Amino acid sequence: MLSTAARRGRLPVGALLLAALSFAAGADAQPRPGGGIFRWGCDPEGGAPYVEADPADPSKVVGYEVDLAALIANRLGLTSQFVPVQFASIDASVRRGDFAIGLCGMEDSPARRGALSATVPYYAFREVITIRDADRGKYHTLANFSGRRVGTLGGSMAYEMLLKAQTGLGVIPVSYDDDVHPYSDLMLGRVDAVLLDHLIADRAMRREKGIYTIPEAVAIGYYVGVLAKDNASLRDRIDTILQAAMRDGSLEAIFRKWGLWNDDQPKLRSWVLAGHDVTTAAAGPSQPLGRTGTAPPPPQGRAEASPPSSPGGAAPLGGLSAVVRYLPSLLSAAVITIVLSCLSMALAVALGVVVASGRVYGGAVTRAVLTGYVELTRGTPVLLQLFVLYYGLAEFVRLPAFVAALVGLGLNYAAYESEIYRSALEAVPKGQLEAARVLGLSERQVFALVRGPQALRLALAPMTNDFVALLKDSSLVSVLTVVELTKQTSIFAANIGSWVIPGALCAAMYLGMSLPLSRVARNLEAKWKAPTA
Amino acid sequence: MEGTNGVDGVLLRARGVQLRRGARDVLLGVDLEVGSGEFVALMGLSGGGKTTFLRAVAGLEAFDRGQLAVDGVELQPGMLPRQPVLGALRRKVGMVFQSHYLFEHMSALQNVWLAPVHAYGIDRGEAEGRARQLLDQMGVGARASALPRELSGGEAQRVAIARALAVDPPLLLMDEPTASLDPARRDELGGTLMGLTTDGRTLLVATHDDDFVRDYADRVIVMAEGRVVEQGDPQQVLTNPQHPATRQLLHQTHARGSGRRVS
Repeated sequence: MLSTAARRGRLPVGALLLAALSFAAGADAQPRPGGGIFRWGCDPEGGAPYVEADPADPSKVVGYEVDLAALIANRLGLTSQFVPVQFASIDASVRRGDFAIGLCGMEDSPARRGALSATVPYYAFREVITIRDADRGKYHTLANFSGRRVGTLGGSMAYEMLLKAQTGLGVIPVSYDDDVHPYSDLMLGRVDAVLLDHLIADRAMRREKGIYTIPEAVAIGYYVGVLAKDNASLRDRIDTILQAAMRDGSLEAIFRKWGLWNDDQPKLRSWVLAGHDVTTAAAGPSQPLGRTGTAPPPPQGRAEASPPSSPGGAAPLGGLSAVVRYLPSLLSAAVITIVLSCLSMALAVALGVVVASGRVYGGAVTRAVLTGYVELTRGTPVLLQLFVLYYGLAEFVRLPAFVAALVGLGLNYAAYESEIYRSALEAVPKGQLEAARVLGLSERQVFALVRGPQALRLALAPMTNDFVALLKDSSLVSVLTVVELTKQTSIFAANIGSWVIPGALCAAMYLGMSLPLSRVARNLEAKWKAPTA
Repeated sequence: MEGTNGVDGVLLRARGVQLRRGARDVLLGVDLEVGSGEFVALMGLSGGGKTTFLRAVAGLEAFDRGQLAVDGVELQPGMLPRQPVLGALRRKVGMVFQSHYLFEHMSALQNVWLAPVHAYGIDRGEAEGRARQLLDQMGVGARASALPRELSGGEAQRVAIARALAVDPPLLLMDEPTASLDPARRDELGGTLMGLTTDGRTLLVATHDDDFVRDYADRVIVMAEGRVVEQGDPQQVLTNPQHPATRQLLHQTHARGSGRRVS
């Protein structure tokens, strides 16, 4: 599959625009029985050449998938209607029946064929390596990146390949939630290469200066349309239409229009038209298309990654074997989650105490500055803060992903912690402080010996709540290429084509982390209630 | 202002002390003196300014005008005392609050040794020994390891007195010490306080309890509407009140039935 995550636009602004667009489009995309509508889904955030908002009229979408959908709808005698959907949700949405078909650069894979009805492949893409111009000639194949960081979209076919290369070649895979930042991080030196579909690499080459894509493909993959499992009859009709469009050149016209036609496509065409489609339809998921060794040879003559060695070649995993295979990676992701959460919380607590003390004891300027910090932090999404910290500030300070995640979460939670401590400090009765003052304790001693310890006891319960919330919020840092528990789960889920087992495992792990924590907090509370001397 | 250093036997002296809180005049010119070793009761209707006056003496509230001096330490009007006056004042004045305000997170014993150790740098072992002594003296030695919430009202009060005495102030202020006590406990407290004055300690106690005052105080000062309106021997003042405020005070107290008629 191409990715489990949306091919995101550059910044959340794009996401906002999209949300509005999705909402508007979703509003008139309600089922209309017998209305002659062909509903197809894609993530418009994917951008050109797949699907993007028309620059001339943002209420419309353009792209080769749009033209392809129109062609299919036309030949079905229906009107094409676009349904915007998060890329990662396309498989689930089509299964739910939100639309008839997902046409969105969906990678052909055994798992996807097992879970859904896939059409014949309509486009052959190359997995290519993009590097910095300066490194041209230094790297040629994945094997050259031993001990180096290579970025890609999390959960994509390329990501699977990198995971294999990690074991075999010592490559360090870096997972992104979008296909823009791998290239900007390449420029910044955070990764040494990006492995992605050539369409995406080509687009990045147009956008960024100073990067170079190695022409030799690492592997070949295919885009297919995906339909619900029980919608095989429509799939068969669409297969017939796609084959006809290959024969009569209308598919070629679409790809030529978008500058996507290349030498791989005639080979795919002859292969599909040679009758392999029939085999595929009859053989079902156990004989996936493109994994039999009969696929066209890769272009440029290099056989480094001929289709038989394409990733994802294994048959779909059953429940137990899937658990056995993914459990170790889920456990290590859970370790990332717990370590990240503990460190972030420690930072948040330390900073929160400083901020709260400053707001309670500080002068007017200190209070104003700290109040500004708290309001700014609480008033903006943590996702935006993480983006700014990692990508926005990259020109000035290049924080490693884990450090940026730790600092981002820590700074964010410090604002919430400081509010808890502030209200806890203010909740300590004034009489307690006066009693301490009359005894001759200095203000500092009153704080350290009387007010602070009492406030801490008041703050314990809300702090525990926050820590549990932080455990879960730590999943947001996957946007900074940190693969933690939730991210690993979504990769797992995408690979086996179901959320049931991965979701249950993931939930069990989060509970396994948060429940003991609540227990520790309760014990601590109980201990503080007991006599101390 | 003449000294309050004990040469003339005066430990606390107030002259025309005024205090305004927002739009309300709380103290309108308080004049009074408390002699060294005296047990003086401060009486008056609620809102008459008793507690506020004690707080001003303890340096917890700034007064606006007038003069206030404790054992040679003079407080300036218009501001809370600062160092070094504050430090000197702390050594002179202890206070027991109506709600005690024992430190909730510490045992009774810790409450007592906290200030000697941290504010006065006394060795922890020595301070703890003296704290145990004080708790024993107050009759709550057995409750040393209890947390404040585990103490009864009377026990908490005696721990609070022990805490105040731990730093050995010549003047001890108390706000409504009998409010939460039954008659037997009240008599115990009276005995304890009289014992303190025998040791040379000076007591200024704000209270509504005229029977307690009659039984134990050397002198009573009656405040009304922010001024001292009557003072003298408790038996005299409370048996034959001259000022309408004093009469009203006694009338109210007995109408509520909280008084214990002795004489």
